[in-house]
Amino acid sequence: MIDLKSAIRDAKARGEPSILSNAIPYARFNGIALETGDDGLRCHMPYQPHIVGNPTVPSLHGGAIGALLESAIILHLLWETEPQAAPRTISMSFDFLRLARPVDTWARCIVERQGRRVVNARAEAWQDDRRKPITLARGNFLLP
Amino acid sequence: MAFPVPAFAPDIIRQITEAVPQLMALGATVLRVEHRRTALRLDWREDLVGDPWNGLLHGGVITTLLDSASGMASLSSAGAVMQIATLDLRIDYLRPARPREAVIAEAECYHMTRSIAFVRGRAYHEDGTEIATSTAAFMLQSSALPVGTKP
Repeated sequence: MIDLKSAIRDAKARGEPSILSNAIPYARFNGIALETGDDGLRCHMPYQPHIVGNPTVPSLHGGAIGALLESAIILHLLWETEPQAAPRTISMSFDFLRLARPVDTWARCIVERQGRRVVNARAEAWQDDRRKPITLARGNFLLP
Repeated sequence: MAFPVPAFAPDIIRQITEAVPQLMALGATVLRVEHRRTALRLDWREDLVGDPWNGLLHGGVITTLLDSASGMASLSSAGAVMQIATLDLRIDYLRPARPREAVIAEAECYHMTRSIAFVRGRAYHEDGTEIATSTAAFMLQSSALPVGTKP
């Protein structure tokens, strides 16, 4: 297995952030890919039938959206800080504002405060309209 | 206004849960459905790992389990099977889940109004070691698709 620092450096050298997200098995499992958007780093989760939570409505699983948001924060921190080990999630809080329709979803991370040991960050997930987030998240993360 | 007295329908809640695509993909199974209390179980799998350098499950897996168990607890409290939606969910990660060990997520609906269910949850290993705790609020969309209710 490639070590974390090499994965980050390889992804940067080749200009392909998805090399980093592909190193995370569960990100790959749910199709989450780190990419560079108009306003910086973001995560993309294309629609796939297995991320559905409610087939009747239908809507994506809150946990799949949660995984996307948590990945957006963790991958952002990995990219920006190049740590020796992955940050650990201390706590996370999600507000589900709108129905997560079975379409492509994106998420981006905003670091509110980076301390020596703890980072406070938030993230938002959206679908068609960037100005109408479907879910907001915030949390505290322990740096290695 | 008279309301029908809804029946607690554990078998229907179990069926609905076992048909959730994301839970099927994770290999999660329903351990129990009781009135107000539910539990799910998940076996560790390599493709569910978030930190491959230490073999730790991704937080999103725990989020999915706690969200689902909490939703089931809301349904089991509502009595009637109805559409529900997570309003908010907070998770505290007490310690990392141990590699290659199963995780159980259980939830209890401790208060319910006509439109909102309040739920506590926790995730732990089979020896009782706690991994995470959660609190959540669910919207009960009683107007939408009441399935399996009897007037």
